[in-house]
Amino acid sequence: MATAYDIAMEQAEIKQDGGAPVVAVENLQKAFETQKVLNGMSLSVSRGETLAVLGRSGTGKSVLLRLIIGLDQPDSGSIRINGQEIVGLALDGMGEIRKKMGFLFQQAALYDSLTIAQNVAFPLERHRGEMSRSERGDRVEQLLAEVGMEGDLDKMPSDISGGMKKRVGLARALALEPEILLLDEPTAGLDPISSGEIDDLILKLQRERQMASIVVTHDLHSARTIANRLALLDQGNVVIAGSFEDLERSEIKFVKEFLK
Amino acid sequence: MASVFCFGSGVCTGFLEWFGNLGIFFWQVLKAVVTPPYEWRELIRQMDEVGSKSLPLVALAGAAVGVVLSMETRESMTRFGAKSLLPSAIVFAVIQEMGPIITGLVVSGRVGAGIGAELASMKVTEQIDAIEASAINPYRLLAATRILACILMLPLLTVAADAGGLLMGWVAQTLAEPISLHHFINTGFSGATLRDFLPPTFKTAVFGLIIGLVACFQGMRTRGGAEGVGRAATNSVVLASLFVILADVVLVKLILVVFH
Repeated sequence: MATAYDIAMEQAEIKQDGGAPVVAVENLQKAFETQKVLNGMSLSVSRGETLAVLGRSGTGKSVLLRLIIGLDQPDSGSIRINGQEIVGLALDGMGEIRKKMGFLFQQAALYDSLTIAQNVAFPLERHRGEMSRSERGDRVEQLLAEVGMEGDLDKMPSDISGGMKKRVGLARALALEPEILLLDEPTAGLDPISSGEIDDLILKLQRERQMASIVVTHDLHSARTIANRLALLDQGNVVIAGSFEDLERSEIKFVKEFLK
Repeated sequence: MASVFCFGSGVCTGFLEWFGNLGIFFWQVLKAVVTPPYEWRELIRQMDEVGSKSLPLVALAGAAVGVVLSMETRESMTRFGAKSLLPSAIVFAVIQEMGPIITGLVVSGRVGAGIGAELASMKVTEQIDAIEASAINPYRLLAATRILACILMLPLLTVAADAGGLLMGWVAQTLAEPISLHHFINTGFSGATLRDFLPPTFKTAVFGLIIGLVACFQGMRTRGGAEGVGRAATNSVVLASLFVILADVVLVKLILVVFH
Protein backbone atom coordinates (compact mmCIF):
# COMPACT_ATOMS: atom_id res chain seq x y z
CA MET A 1 0.00 0.00 0.00
CA ALA A 2 1.32 3.41 -0.94
CA THR A 3 2.35 5.68 1.91
CA ALA A 4 1.06 9.22 2.25
CA TYR A 5 4.42 10.50 1.03
CA ASP A 6 4.26 8.29 -2.07
CA ILE A 7 0.79 9.62 -2.83
CA ALA A 8 1.99 13.19 -2.32
CA MET A 9 4.97 12.71 -4.61
CA GLU A 10 2.87 10.94 -7.21
CA GLN A 11 0.35 13.77 -7.19
CA ALA A 12 3.14 16.30 -7.45
CA GLU A 13 4.33 14.60 -10.60
CA ILE A 14 1.07 15.51 -12.33
CA LYS A 15 2.68 18.79 -13.22
CA GLN A 16 1.16 21.39 -15.34
CA ASP A 17 4.47 22.62 -16.76
CA GLY A 18 6.35 19.35 -16.81
CA GLY A 19 9.05 20.63 -14.39
CA ALA A 20 10.25 19.55 -10.96
CA PRO A 21 8.22 20.42 -7.86
CA VAL A 22 8.55 24.09 -6.95
CA VAL A 23 8.44 23.26 -3.25
CA ALA A 24 9.70 19.88 -2.03
CA VAL A 25 9.79 19.08 1.66
CA GLU A 26 11.34 15.83 2.79
CA ASN A 27 11.52 14.12 6.16
CA LEU A 28 11.08 17.39 8.05
CA GLN A 29 11.47 17.29 11.83
CA LYS A 30 10.84 20.16 14.20
CA ALA A 31 10.41 20.23 17.96
CA PHE A 32 9.91 23.10 20.39
CA GLU A 33 11.69 22.08 23.59
CA THR A 34 10.17 18.66 24.33
CA GLN A 35 7.14 19.02 22.05
CA LYS A 36 7.64 17.39 18.67
CA VAL A 37 5.64 19.36 16.10
CA LEU A 38 6.77 17.90 12.77
CA ASN A 39 7.80 14.28 12.69
CA GLY A 40 9.36 13.37 9.36
CA MET A 41 6.89 15.22 7.15
CA SER A 42 7.26 15.10 3.37
CA LEU A 43 5.25 16.81 0.65
CA SER A 44 5.69 18.70 -2.57
CA VAL A 45 3.86 21.27 -4.67
CA SER A 46 4.17 22.02 -8.38
CA ARG A 47 3.57 25.16 -10.41
CA GLY A 48 -0.09 25.98 -10.83
CA GLU A 49 -1.07 23.62 -8.02
CA THR A 50 -2.79 24.53 -4.76
CA LEU A 51 -2.16 22.23 -1.83
CA ALA A 52 -4.39 22.62 1.22
CA VAL A 53 -2.77 21.46 4.45
CA LEU A 54 -5.40 20.38 6.95
CA GLY A 55 -5.22 19.09 10.47
CA ARG A 56 -6.10 19.67 14.07
CA SER A 57 -4.70 22.64 15.97
CA GLY A 58 -1.10 22.17 17.04
CA THR A 59 -0.22 19.62 14.37
CA GLY A 60 2.42 21.88 12.86
CA LYS A 61 0.58 23.36 9.87
CA SER A 62 1.68 26.96 10.45
CA VAL A 63 5.14 25.78 11.52
CA LEU A 64 5.46 24.08 8.13
CA LEU A 65 4.86 27.40 6.35
CA ARG A 66 7.33 29.21 8.61
CA LEU A 67 9.95 26.58 7.82
CA ILE A 68 9.33 26.83 4.08
CA ILE A 69 9.85 30.60 4.11
CA GLY A 70 12.81 30.28 6.48
CA LEU A 71 11.40 32.11 9.48
CA ASP A 72 12.29 29.04 11.55
CA GLN A 73 14.85 26.33 10.95
CA PRO A 74 13.96 22.61 11.04
CA ASP A 75 15.82 20.26 13.37
CA SER A 76 16.45 17.98 10.39
CA GLY A 77 15.16 17.26 6.92
CA SER A 78 15.26 19.01 3.59
CA ILE A 79 13.33 21.89 2.00
CA ARG A 80 14.01 22.58 -1.66
CA ILE A 81 12.66 25.59 -3.51
CA ASN A 82 13.01 25.20 -7.27
CA GLY A 83 15.54 22.47 -6.51
CA GLN A 84 17.67 24.65 -4.21
CA GLU A 85 18.17 23.45 -0.66
CA ILE A 86 17.28 26.25 1.75
CA VAL A 87 17.84 24.57 5.12
CA GLY A 88 20.79 26.28 6.78
CA LEU A 89 20.87 29.20 4.33
CA ALA A 90 22.01 32.47 5.92
CA LEU A 91 19.66 35.47 6.17
CA ASP A 92 21.02 37.15 3.03
CA GLY A 93 20.96 33.94 0.99
CA MET A 94 17.40 33.35 2.06
CA GLY A 95 16.48 36.84 0.86
CA GLU A 96 16.74 35.89 -2.82
CA ILE A 97 14.54 32.82 -2.23
CA ARG A 98 11.96 34.87 -0.33
CA LYS A 99 11.58 37.29 -3.22
CA LYS A 100 9.96 34.38 -5.08
CA MET A 101 7.47 33.79 -2.26
CA GLY A 102 4.42 35.59 -0.97
CA PHE A 103 3.22 34.95 2.56
CA LEU A 104 -0.19 35.79 3.99
CA PHE A 105 -0.02 35.68 7.77
CA GLN A 106 -2.92 34.43 9.86
CA GLN A 107 -3.59 37.91 11.28
CA ALA A 108 -2.37 39.58 8.07
CA ALA A 109 0.54 41.23 9.97
CA LEU A 110 0.09 44.61 8.28
CA TYR A 111 2.57 47.29 9.36
CA ASP A 112 0.40 49.35 11.68
CA SER A 113 2.36 52.59 11.21
CA LEU A 114 1.81 52.55 7.43
CA THR A 115 -1.32 53.14 5.36
CA ILE A 116 -2.79 50.34 3.29
CA ALA A 117 -1.16 51.66 0.12
CA GLN A 118 2.19 52.01 1.90
CA ASN A 119 1.89 48.43 3.20
CA VAL A 120 1.51 47.11 -0.35
CA ALA A 121 4.21 49.45 -1.68
CA PHE A 122 6.69 48.34 1.02
CA PRO A 123 8.17 45.29 -0.78
CA LEU A 124 8.15 47.18 -4.09
CA GLU A 125 10.13 50.09 -2.61
CA ARG A 126 12.76 47.67 -1.35
CA HIS A 127 13.06 45.28 -4.27
CA ARG A 128 11.85 47.17 -7.34
CA GLY A 129 14.15 50.16 -7.15
CA GLU A 130 13.94 50.53 -10.92
CA MET A 131 10.25 51.46 -10.65
CA SER A 132 9.45 55.17 -10.64
CA ARG A 133 7.21 56.55 -7.91
CA SER A 134 4.26 56.82 -10.29
CA GLU A 135 4.79 53.29 -11.63
CA ARG A 136 4.87 52.03 -8.07
CA GLY A 137 1.71 53.94 -7.26
CA ASP A 138 -0.04 52.44 -10.30
CA ARG A 139 1.11 48.95 -9.34
CA VAL A 140 -0.17 49.40 -5.78
CA GLU A 141 -3.54 50.59 -7.08
CA GLN A 142 -3.69 47.64 -9.46
CA LEU A 143 -2.86 45.14 -6.69
CA LEU A 144 -5.43 46.65 -4.35
CA ALA A 145 -8.01 46.66 -7.14
CA GLU A 146 -7.33 42.94 -7.69
CA VAL A 147 -8.31 42.24 -4.09
CA GLY A 148 -11.21 44.69 -4.13
CA MET A 149 -9.63 47.34 -1.91
CA GLU A 150 -9.08 50.10 -4.43
CA GLY A 151 -11.10 52.67 -2.49
CA ASP A 152 -9.16 52.40 0.78
CA LEU A 153 -5.62 53.37 -0.13
CA ASP A 154 -5.11 55.92 2.62
CA LYS A 155 -6.79 54.06 5.45
CA MET A 156 -4.71 52.73 8.35
CA PRO A 157 -4.81 48.99 9.17
CA SER A 158 -6.55 49.78 12.46
CA ASP A 159 -9.45 51.31 10.49
CA ILE A 160 -10.38 48.21 8.47
CA SER A 161 -12.03 44.87 9.26
CA GLY A 162 -10.32 41.47 9.57
CA GLY A 163 -11.45 40.40 6.11
CA MET A 164 -10.15 43.61 4.57
CA LYS A 165 -6.81 43.15 6.36
CA LYS A 166 -6.51 39.70 4.78
CA ARG A 167 -7.21 41.19 1.36
CA VAL A 168 -4.51 43.82 1.87
CA GLY A 169 -2.15 41.14 3.22
CA LEU A 170 -2.83 39.14 0.07
CA ALA A 171 -2.14 42.18 -2.14
CA ARG A 172 1.15 42.71 -0.29
CA ALA A 173 2.04 39.03 -0.68
CA LEU A 174 1.45 39.33 -4.44
CA ALA A 175 3.42 42.56 -4.86
CA LEU A 176 6.65 40.91 -6.05
CA GLU A 177 4.75 38.52 -8.36
CA PRO A 178 5.77 35.41 -6.42
CA GLU A 179 6.08 31.92 -7.87
CA ILE A 180 5.03 30.47 -4.54
CA LEU A 181 2.15 31.65 -2.37
CA LEU A 182 1.90 30.56 1.26
CA LEU A 183 -1.41 31.27 2.97
CA ASP A 184 -1.81 30.75 6.70
CA GLU A 185 -5.49 30.36 7.59
CA PRO A 186 -6.74 32.84 4.97
CA THR A 187 -10.37 32.47 6.08
CA ALA A 188 -9.91 32.03 9.85
CA GLY A 189 -12.06 34.34 11.92
CA LEU A 190 -14.11 35.53 8.96
CA ASP A 191 -17.85 35.28 8.45
CA PRO A 192 -19.05 32.83 5.74
CA ILE A 193 -19.59 35.58 3.17
CA SER A 194 -16.11 37.09 3.67
CA SER A 195 -14.61 33.57 3.65
CA GLY A 196 -16.31 32.86 0.35
CA GLU A 197 -15.02 36.13 -1.08
CA ILE A 198 -11.46 35.32 -0.01
CA ASP A 199 -11.79 31.82 -1.52
CA ASP A 200 -13.03 33.28 -4.80
CA LEU A 201 -10.17 35.75 -4.77
CA ILE A 202 -7.58 33.00 -4.24
CA LEU A 203 -9.12 30.92 -7.02
CA LYS A 204 -9.10 33.90 -9.38
CA LEU A 205 -5.46 34.68 -8.58
CA GLN A 206 -4.50 31.05 -9.05
CA ARG A 207 -6.14 30.93 -12.46
CA GLU A 208 -4.45 34.14 -13.55
CA ARG A 209 -1.00 33.63 -12.09
CA GLN A 210 -0.41 29.86 -11.99
CA MET A 211 1.54 30.00 -8.74
CA ALA A 212 2.41 27.04 -6.54
CA SER A 213 0.32 27.59 -3.41
CA ILE A 214 0.20 26.02 0.01
CA VAL A 215 -2.86 26.91 2.05
CA VAL A 216 -2.97 26.03 5.73
CA THR A 217 -6.55 25.88 6.90
CA HIS A 218 -9.06 24.36 9.29
CA ASP A 219 -11.84 25.17 6.89
CA LEU A 220 -12.73 22.00 5.00
CA HIS A 221 -15.17 23.79 2.73
CA SER A 222 -12.57 26.40 1.82
CA ALA A 223 -9.92 23.72 1.24
CA ARG A 224 -12.25 21.81 -1.06
CA THR A 225 -13.04 24.98 -3.01
CA ILE A 226 -9.55 26.32 -3.60
CA ALA A 227 -7.20 23.31 -3.56
CA ASN A 228 -6.37 20.75 -6.24
CA ARG A 229 -4.90 18.55 -3.59
CA LEU A 230 -5.25 18.19 0.18
CA ALA A 231 -2.82 16.86 2.78
CA LEU A 232 -4.15 15.89 6.18
CA LEU A 233 -1.70 16.08 9.07
CA ASP A 234 -1.71 14.28 12.37
CA GLN A 235 1.04 14.13 14.97
CA GLY A 236 3.45 16.02 12.75
CA ASN A 237 3.11 13.88 9.68
CA VAL A 238 0.98 13.54 6.54
CA VAL A 239 -1.71 10.94 7.15
CA ILE A 240 -3.09 11.16 3.63
CA ALA A 241 -2.63 13.37 0.60
CA GLY A 242 -4.78 13.49 -2.48
CA SER A 243 -7.96 14.96 -3.91
CA PHE A 244 -10.98 15.55 -1.70
CA GLU A 245 -12.51 12.42 -3.19
CA ASP A 246 -9.38 10.43 -2.20
CA LEU A 247 -9.85 11.64 1.36
CA GLU A 248 -13.54 10.76 1.29
CA ARG A 249 -12.73 7.25 0.07
CA SER A 250 -10.07 6.70 2.73
CA GLU A 251 -10.64 3.98 5.32
CA ILE A 252 -8.24 5.61 7.81
CA LYS A 253 -10.13 6.26 11.05
CA PHE A 254 -8.60 9.69 11.66
CA VAL A 255 -9.48 10.81 8.13
CA LYS A 256 -13.06 9.67 8.53
CA GLU A 257 -13.35 11.47 11.86
CA PHE A 258 -11.83 14.65 10.46
CA LEU A 259 -14.22 14.73 7.49
CA LYS A 260 -17.29 14.11 9.63
CA MET B 1 21.41 23.34 50.03
CA ALA B 2 20.97 21.44 46.78
CA SER B 3 18.01 23.59 45.82
CA VAL B 4 20.03 26.76 46.50
CA PHE B 5 22.80 25.40 44.27
CA CYS B 6 20.30 24.52 41.53
CA PHE B 7 18.76 27.99 41.74
CA GLY B 8 22.21 29.59 41.59
CA SER B 9 23.31 27.54 38.60
CA GLY B 10 19.99 28.27 36.88
CA VAL B 11 20.49 32.02 37.34
CA CYS B 12 24.09 31.72 36.08
CA THR B 13 22.99 29.75 33.01
CA GLY B 14 20.23 32.27 32.28
CA PHE B 15 22.69 35.15 32.68
CA LEU B 16 25.25 33.57 30.34
CA GLU B 17 22.56 32.60 27.84
CA TRP B 18 21.25 36.18 27.79
CA PHE B 19 24.71 37.59 27.11
CA GLY B 20 25.39 34.92 24.49
CA ASN B 21 22.18 35.77 22.66
CA LEU B 22 22.96 39.48 22.96
CA GLY B 23 26.39 38.80 21.39
CA ILE B 24 24.81 36.90 18.48
CA PHE B 25 22.27 39.69 18.03
CA PHE B 26 25.05 42.31 18.03
CA TRP B 27 26.96 40.30 15.40
CA GLN B 28 23.88 40.16 13.16
CA VAL B 29 23.40 43.92 13.51
CA LEU B 30 27.09 44.58 12.83
CA LYS B 31 26.92 42.52 9.63
CA ALA B 32 23.79 44.39 8.59
CA VAL B 33 25.41 47.79 9.24
CA VAL B 34 28.47 47.19 7.07
CA THR B 35 26.74 45.57 4.08
CA PRO B 36 24.47 47.33 1.56
CA PRO B 37 21.70 48.25 1.01
CA TYR B 38 21.81 51.06 3.54
CA GLU B 39 18.59 52.27 5.12
CA TRP B 40 19.32 56.01 4.99
CA ARG B 41 15.70 57.15 5.08
CA GLU B 42 14.87 55.01 8.08
CA LEU B 43 18.09 56.13 9.80
CA ILE B 44 17.13 59.80 9.39
CA ARG B 45 13.62 59.06 10.67
CA GLN B 46 15.09 57.34 13.72
CA MET B 47 17.57 60.17 14.32
CA ASP B 48 14.60 62.52 14.43
CA GLU B 49 12.77 60.14 16.75
CA VAL B 50 15.73 59.74 19.11
CA GLY B 51 17.27 63.20 18.77
CA SER B 52 14.71 65.92 18.07
CA LYS B 53 11.99 64.37 20.18
CA SER B 54 14.27 63.78 23.17
CA LEU B 55 15.80 67.27 22.99
CA PRO B 56 13.31 69.18 25.19
CA LEU B 57 13.35 66.50 27.90
CA VAL B 58 17.14 66.21 27.93
CA ALA B 59 17.64 69.98 27.95
CA LEU B 60 15.12 70.31 30.77
CA ALA B 61 16.80 67.57 32.81
CA GLY B 62 20.18 69.22 32.22
CA ALA B 63 18.74 72.59 33.29
CA ALA B 64 17.34 71.10 36.49
CA VAL B 65 20.70 69.57 37.32
CA GLY B 66 22.39 72.92 36.64
CA VAL B 67 20.08 74.67 39.11
CA VAL B 68 20.54 72.05 41.81
CA LEU B 69 24.31 71.98 41.34
CA SER B 70 24.48 75.75 41.56
CA MET B 71 22.43 75.88 44.76
CA GLU B 72 24.16 72.94 46.46
CA THR B 73 27.69 73.85 45.42
CA ARG B 74 27.28 77.49 46.37
CA GLU B 75 26.54 76.46 49.96
CA SER B 76 29.61 74.19 50.21
CA MET B 77 31.98 76.53 48.35
CA THR B 78 31.00 79.45 50.52
CA ARG B 79 31.63 77.36 53.63
CA PHE B 80 35.17 76.53 52.41
CA GLY B 81 35.89 80.09 51.19
CA ALA B 82 36.07 79.08 47.56
CA LYS B 83 33.02 80.91 46.25
CA SER B 84 35.00 82.38 43.33
CA LEU B 85 35.49 78.84 41.99
CA LEU B 86 31.75 78.26 41.79
CA PRO B 87 31.43 78.81 37.99
CA SER B 88 34.32 76.39 37.37
CA ALA B 89 32.79 73.83 39.72
CA ILE B 90 29.48 74.01 37.86
CA VAL B 91 31.10 73.91 34.42
CA PHE B 92 33.31 70.93 35.24
CA ALA B 93 30.59 69.01 37.03
CA VAL B 94 28.12 69.54 34.19
CA ILE B 95 30.33 68.86 31.18
CA GLN B 96 32.37 66.05 32.68
CA GLU B 97 29.75 64.00 34.41
CA MET B 98 26.28 65.35 35.04
CA GLY B 99 25.44 66.23 31.42
CA PRO B 100 26.55 62.88 29.96
CA ILE B 101 25.02 60.66 32.64
CA ILE B 102 21.75 62.58 32.81
CA THR B 103 21.47 62.35 29.02
CA GLY B 104 22.22 58.62 29.15
CA LEU B 105 19.58 57.96 31.81
CA VAL B 106 16.89 60.19 30.31
CA VAL B 107 17.36 58.63 26.88
CA SER B 108 17.41 55.15 28.43
CA GLY B 109 13.98 55.90 29.83
CA ARG B 110 12.37 57.67 26.89
CA VAL B 111 13.99 55.99 23.92
CA GLY B 112 14.73 52.61 25.54
CA ALA B 113 11.10 52.12 26.51
CA GLY B 114 9.91 53.41 23.14
CA ILE B 115 12.11 51.12 21.06
CA GLY B 116 11.53 48.13 23.35
CA ALA B 117 7.73 48.50 23.24
CA GLU B 118 7.54 49.31 19.53
CA LEU B 119 9.65 46.36 18.41
CA ALA B 120 8.01 44.02 20.90
CA SER B 121 4.60 44.99 19.61
CA MET B 122 5.79 44.41 16.03
CA LYS B 123 7.18 41.04 17.09
CA VAL B 124 4.03 39.72 18.75
CA THR B 125 1.85 40.86 15.84
CA GLU B 126 4.21 39.10 13.37
CA GLN B 127 5.15 42.39 11.67
CA ILE B 128 8.85 41.58 12.07
CA ASP B 129 8.24 38.16 10.53
CA ALA B 130 6.38 39.89 7.70
CA ILE B 131 9.40 42.13 7.09
CA GLU B 132 11.67 39.09 6.99
CA ALA B 133 9.22 37.20 4.76
CA SER B 134 9.37 40.16 2.34
CA ALA B 135 13.11 39.44 1.92
CA ILE B 136 14.09 42.45 4.02
CA ASN B 137 16.71 42.03 6.73
CA PRO B 138 14.97 43.15 9.97
CA TYR B 139 18.34 43.58 11.70
CA ARG B 140 19.23 46.16 9.05
CA LEU B 141 15.89 47.92 8.83
CA LEU B 142 14.82 47.91 12.47
CA ALA B 143 17.83 47.34 14.74
CA ALA B 144 20.80 48.86 12.90
CA THR B 145 18.98 52.12 12.17
CA ARG B 146 17.80 52.55 15.75
CA ILE B 147 21.17 51.68 17.27
CA LEU B 148 23.05 54.00 14.89
CA ALA B 149 20.56 56.79 15.60
CA CYS B 150 21.19 56.39 19.34
CA ILE B 151 24.98 56.37 18.83
CA LEU B 152 24.89 59.50 16.67
CA MET B 153 22.34 61.48 18.67
CA LEU B 154 23.54 60.90 22.24
CA PRO B 155 26.62 63.18 21.98
CA LEU B 156 24.46 65.93 20.43
CA LEU B 157 21.85 65.56 23.15
CA THR B 158 24.64 65.71 25.72
CA VAL B 159 25.69 69.09 24.33
CA ALA B 160 22.07 70.23 24.78
CA ALA B 161 22.01 68.92 28.37
CA ASP B 162 25.33 70.66 29.06
CA ALA B 163 24.02 73.92 27.60
CA GLY B 164 20.81 73.69 29.63
CA GLY B 165 22.76 72.87 32.79
CA LEU B 166 25.24 75.74 32.36
CA LEU B 167 22.57 78.25 31.45
CA MET B 168 20.32 77.42 34.39
CA GLY B 169 23.37 77.07 36.66
CA TRP B 170 24.18 80.66 35.77
CA VAL B 171 20.54 81.75 36.30
CA ALA B 172 20.49 80.17 39.79
CA GLN B 173 23.87 81.73 40.55
CA THR B 174 22.86 85.18 39.36
CA LEU B 175 19.61 85.06 41.31
CA ALA B 176 21.61 84.49 44.49
CA GLU B 177 24.41 86.89 43.59
CA PRO B 178 24.25 88.73 40.25
CA ILE B 179 26.99 87.79 37.78
CA SER B 180 27.03 88.39 34.03
CA LEU B 181 26.76 85.34 31.74
CA HIS B 182 29.95 86.45 30.01
CA HIS B 183 31.86 86.53 33.29
CA PHE B 184 30.33 83.23 34.42
CA ILE B 185 31.38 81.49 31.19
CA ASN B 186 34.84 83.08 31.12
CA THR B 187 35.56 82.15 34.73
CA GLY B 188 33.99 78.71 34.41
CA PHE B 189 35.93 77.71 31.31
CA SER B 190 39.20 79.45 32.29
CA GLY B 191 40.95 76.22 33.25
CA ALA B 192 39.08 73.94 30.85
CA THR B 193 40.47 72.42 27.66
CA LEU B 194 38.94 70.34 24.87
CA ARG B 195 40.24 67.27 26.73
CA ASP B 196 37.79 68.11 29.50
CA PHE B 197 34.89 68.46 27.11
CA LEU B 198 35.28 66.05 24.18
CA PRO B 199 35.93 62.66 25.84
CA PRO B 200 32.98 62.92 28.29
CA THR B 201 30.71 64.10 25.48
CA PHE B 202 31.71 61.36 23.07
CA LYS B 203 31.58 58.65 25.71
CA THR B 204 27.80 59.00 25.42
CA ALA B 205 28.07 57.37 21.99
CA VAL B 206 28.80 54.21 23.97
CA PHE B 207 25.69 54.89 26.07
CA GLY B 208 23.79 55.20 22.78
CA LEU B 209 25.12 51.84 21.64
CA ILE B 210 24.06 50.25 24.92
CA ILE B 211 20.58 51.81 24.91
CA GLY B 212 19.88 50.97 21.27
CA LEU B 213 21.31 47.48 21.45
CA VAL B 214 19.56 46.45 24.67
CA ALA B 215 16.20 47.93 23.64
CA CYS B 216 16.28 46.38 20.14
CA PHE B 217 17.38 43.03 21.55
CA GLN B 218 14.66 43.00 24.21
CA GLY B 219 12.03 44.09 21.70
CA MET B 220 12.91 41.69 18.91
CA ARG B 221 13.06 38.59 21.13
CA THR B 222 9.71 39.24 22.82
CA ARG B 223 7.21 36.43 23.23
CA GLY B 224 3.66 36.39 24.46
CA GLY B 225 1.13 39.14 23.79
CA ALA B 226 0.56 42.35 25.70
CA GLU B 227 2.33 41.04 28.80
CA GLY B 228 5.44 40.35 26.71
CA VAL B 229 5.34 43.87 25.28
CA GLY B 230 5.14 45.39 28.76
CA ARG B 231 7.96 43.19 29.98
CA ALA B 232 10.14 44.13 27.00
CA ALA B 233 9.61 47.84 27.61
CA THR B 234 10.36 47.56 31.32
CA ASN B 235 13.41 45.35 30.81
CA SER B 236 14.73 47.68 28.13
CA VAL B 237 14.66 50.66 30.49
CA VAL B 238 15.98 48.82 33.53
CA LEU B 239 18.82 47.03 31.74
CA ALA B 240 19.80 49.99 29.56
CA SER B 241 19.95 52.31 32.62
CA LEU B 242 21.93 49.76 34.61
CA PHE B 243 24.43 49.16 31.81
CA VAL B 244 24.78 52.90 31.16
CA ILE B 245 25.73 53.46 34.81
CA LEU B 246 28.17 50.54 34.79
CA ALA B 247 29.68 51.67 31.49
CA ASP B 248 30.07 55.17 32.91
CA VAL B 249 32.27 53.83 35.71
CA VAL B 250 34.52 52.06 33.23
CA LEU B 251 34.61 54.95 30.76
CA VAL B 252 35.43 57.57 33.40
CA LYS B 253 38.41 55.49 34.49
CA LEU B 254 39.44 54.95 30.87
CA ILE B 255 39.22 58.67 30.10
CA LEU B 256 41.27 59.51 33.19
CA VAL B 257 43.96 57.02 32.17
CA VAL B 258 44.07 57.96 28.49
CA PHE B 259 43.47 61.72 28.51
CA HIS B 260 44.88 62.99 31.82
